[in-house]
Parts: sequence; structure tokens; C-alpha cells
Amino acid sequence: MLRDITIGQYFPGKSVIHRMDPRMKLILSIAYIVMLFCVGNEAGFLIPVIFLIAAIWISKIPFIMVLKGVKPILPLIIFTAVLNIFFVTGEPLVKLGFITITVDGIIVALKMVIRIIFLIMGTSLLTYTTSPIALTDAIEQLLRPLNKIHFPVHEMAMMMTIALRFIPTLIEETDKIMSAQKARGADMESGGLMQRAKALVPILIPLFISAFRRAEELALAMECRCYRGGEGRTRMRQLHYSSLDWYGAAVMAVCFAGVILLNIFVPAFV
Amino acid sequence: MTGKEERLRTNVAIIKTEHLSHLYSAGTPFEKAAIEDVSVEIEPGEFIGVIGHTGSGKSTLIQHFNGLLQPTSGKIYVDGKDIWDEKNKKNIRDVRFQVGLVFQYPEYQLFEETVYKDIAFGPGNMGLSKEEIHTRVMEAMDFVGLKGKYAEKSPFDLSGGQKRRVAIAGVIAMRPKVLILDEPTAGLDPKGRDKILGQIREYHQQTGSTVLLVSHSMEDIAKYAEKVLVMNHAKVFDYDTVERVFSKNEELTRMGLSVPQVSKVFHQLRAAGYPVSENVYTVDQAEADILRLLKAKGGAGRA
Repeated sequence: MLRDITIGQYFPGKSVIHRMDPRMKLILSIAYIVMLFCVGNEAGFLIPVIFLIAAIWISKIPFIMVLKGVKPILPLIIFTAVLNIFFVTGEPLVKLGFITITVDGIIVALKMVIRIIFLIMGTSLLTYTTSPIALTDAIEQLLRPLNKIHFPVHEMAMMMTIALRFIPTLIEETDKIMSAQKARGADMESGGLMQRAKALVPILIPLFISAFRRAEELALAMECRCYRGGEGRTRMRQLHYSSLDWYGAAVMAVCFAGVILLNIFVPAFV
Repeated sequence: MTGKEERLRTNVAIIKTEHLSHLYSAGTPFEKAAIEDVSVEIEPGEFIGVIGHTGSGKSTLIQHFNGLLQPTSGKIYVDGKDIWDEKNKKNIRDVRFQVGLVFQYPEYQLFEETVYKDIAFGPGNMGLSKEEIHTRVMEAMDFVGLKGKYAEKSPFDLSGGQKRRVAIAGVIAMRPKVLILDEPTAGLDPKGRDKILGQIREYHQQTGSTVLLVSHSMEDIAKYAEKVLVMNHAKVFDYDTVERVFSKNEELTRMGLSVPQVSKVFHQLRAAGYPVSENVYTVDQAEADILRLLKAKGGAGRA
């Protein structure tokens, strides 16, 4: 069951989206999110929605997989929707005792839900089409200017790379420790909240110990290969922008302009 | 009890599998059989060696014996009961108390503050009384050769070999009818290896429990086991006495396994024309056989 976790899962492929520079993909994803929140009316939503569906279609990632990314945050979506429906003031539509539902509330809630769902789908498309290593490389390069104010950009990126690398290892380790404790009769499936929390101790302690041991070994191995931070370090995979990236940027710019024009010329709904 | 009844009773296999198969990632394109159509019967009181190259399905098989893995198809009977039967399914933990499994590198599962508490984890899960737990912990420590002074020490302050013995004691303390050990000597020095295996043999002889030993060392298997279960590509290749399994030298070599080195030496001695015996699998046997030959020769010389 632990094997089914899909955090940062990457689907290798050769589509145009896969081949884009990770830096550009990251920038465009951020632009996409900003665009989602700039939309001011119903018509405006069409642009990011069509943009994303087209991007998914081009990337050849199964649509179902992109939807799956939304599943874990479903409770959050429902929570936001309910909150908005009940607490936005305006013209009352239904009145039940102290509960009032307004037309404005429903519209705001709907807007919020669409935004969150498309935000998550957009970012999942990014992680599906970009390998975690490429993504951290991109973050490192984009944040490089921060070095000027002594922000440890390279170290942050290295930490992210190592963390991503060890997620599967630790999952496997957890699986093993769980089996070993189950073999000694540990009961993890029944009992109340306290009992279940207690049952985690025999798993968490060996897991932490092994994580520390691995960290120590990894640090030693890195030092043996003369690793001493990012300064002067060259890379095997150099990132280059290609014409593909500029096309992508152009498409995004046109979409963004469309959203702004629609905001100006079509009246807002709330 | 009549003789016939007694014979029937002793003939009941402690673990029996019928056409056991386990598929990983079933129903996806990555589907792969870890074990396929395994039917074996393990009699009570036997000491069985399990061999097979890496990925042959040994570990998957032994995890079925104590109900950690549920088979995709086929049945497992422990002490005559189908453990995944609707009625017995809820009590799968009881199977784990009856069939103790010591994983590879078991020292990484230790978690308690003291050695005593860690060994008491298994018996504690069985819901035994404090006195009973105490007796069992002390007994288990004794079996693995840990002196009483270690009881109140932190398991994390011990050496690698000692940690492993604590982990093995943690399973022995449940007094399982069947004790399964997955490469209990991996990464230990020769002295530590002999010590642990000797203690396991002693445990086997004193309690009369069934022992399954997974190992990559043909020497260890030849020295300690009575029967050998050979796994090859998810299937049982052979399940027979040590002598008969190790007589299949060529077949074992072909599947990436081997016979004990001393057997190889004797094989070549025979090929070179020396009248040494065929069934030599341990150094002790080799010694006895050479002495026999020397004596015969010496006797002939004198006559």
C-alpha cells in the first residue's frame, strides 16, 4: 500500500512538453497560476482551461493521471467551497435559521473550486513531465541571483535533490520494518487513536535511526569524492533554452493578454 | 492412543502449501510472479535449509508461511488450518506467534530502551502475564547466549553481532513452533556466524521446534540442515535430503548455486581415481573419510 504513493511522480516521455527546458516550464507554470487568479469573469476562465487541456493533450499524459493529482486535496476543496457558500454576504437565496446562502457565495465558491482544481492539475502536469532532478536544477539556476544576498541556493537545491532521491528508499525501508514488527505480533490495524499512535513507535524509531545512518554514510561518501558545496562545481547536464521554449512563452503571453482583455471588455460577475 | 492414531498425528505437516502463487503488481503491465505453484510439506521438528539465487522467491515464500503476505492463489495450512480461510483470517496474528520469522538484518528493527523490553515486545503482543514474559525473555536470552547483565542495557550500545542476537531472541521469546531465519549470518565474521548457527541448532535440538534457515552458504546448509529446499525462478526446483540435493552438482551450478567446497574437492579426488566416498558435504565428514582411507591403507601396508 505504501508503494502506491505518487509524490513527484514523473512519466518519462518525448513530447514537446517533456523536451522543454525545465526552467521555462517552471516559469510558465508560475505564470499560469498567476493567470488563473487574474481571471475576472466566466469567459476569462475559458482561456486557462483550454490552455491546460491542450497542454495535457500535447504531453500525452493520460488525462486520468492528471485528475488523480486532485484527489488528495479534495477535502480542502470541499472545505473552501462550503466556507465560501455560507460566509459570503450578499443577496440571500435560501434562508434556513442562522444559515443563509447567497448567490454571490455560490459564485465565489465555484470560482475558488475551479481555480484550485486547475492549479493542482497544472502543477501536476509540471511534475509529470519533468524529472525531479531536472526540476531542482531549474530551481537552483532560477534562484541563483539570490546568492548575492548570501542565500545558500546550491545547498537548498542539493537538499531537495537528496530528499527526492530518498523518498522511495525510505518507503521501502518502512515497508520492511513494518513487516518485521508485524512478524513480532505488532497490531497496527485495530484499536483507538492512542493505541494506533503508540503502535507507530516500533516503526518510527528504527526508521529514524536508519535515516540518520544513511545521512551519515551519504555525507561521508560525498566527502570522499571531494564535494565541498556549489562553488566552482560544473554540471554534466547543462540547461539550454531552445526555440521550443520561446514558442511556449509566446503562447503563454498571448493567453495572458487574452485574459487581461476579457477582464477589461467583459463585465466582472461579482 | 493407538499406534495408528499416533502415526496420523505425527504425520500432520506443520506447514503445508498447495499450489501457492504470488504475483506482484497483479493486473498491471508490470505483473511478475514471485512464486509460482509451490507445493511443499514441512514436517514438525525438521531443520530445513532454503537456498536459491537472489530473486528466486525465497523471501516471498517464507513471508507466506507466517501470513505476512497473502497468496494470489493457492492455500497455506499451518498446523492443519487454512490460515486465509474466512474464519481464521481474523486471527492471522496467531499464525505469526506460531511461525516466528527473523528477517534479514534484524538488528535494524530494534527500538526499545533496553534489551529486556525489546525482547519482551513479541510476548507482550501475545497478551501474556508479566511473570510468563519474564521467564520467556530470560530463556530467550539464554538461548542466544546473552548474559543477564545485558538485560538493562540499551540495544543501541551493543555490537552488531550482539544486536542481531537480541533481535533473534525477540522472536524466540514468542516460543514459535516454527522458527524461520532469513540469512541470519549475513555480514557477520566467521566466529559470529558459527556462534549464531550453533545457538540455533541448540535451540532446535532442545525445543524440538521446526527450523527453516535461508542461507547462501552451502557449507552452513550442509552442516546444519537435514533437508534442503531449492528455489529457482519462482518455483521449487528440489526439496529433499542434503545428500540427494547436493548430489545434483551440475544442475545446482547451472542455476547459480553450488555444492559445499569440500564436496567439490572430493568430487575431483574421485575423478583422479582416489576411492573417497561420494557423500561428503562437511569438513567433519571429509576428515572421517580420509582417516578411514588412511587406516585402510595403513592396515594393508602392515599386512
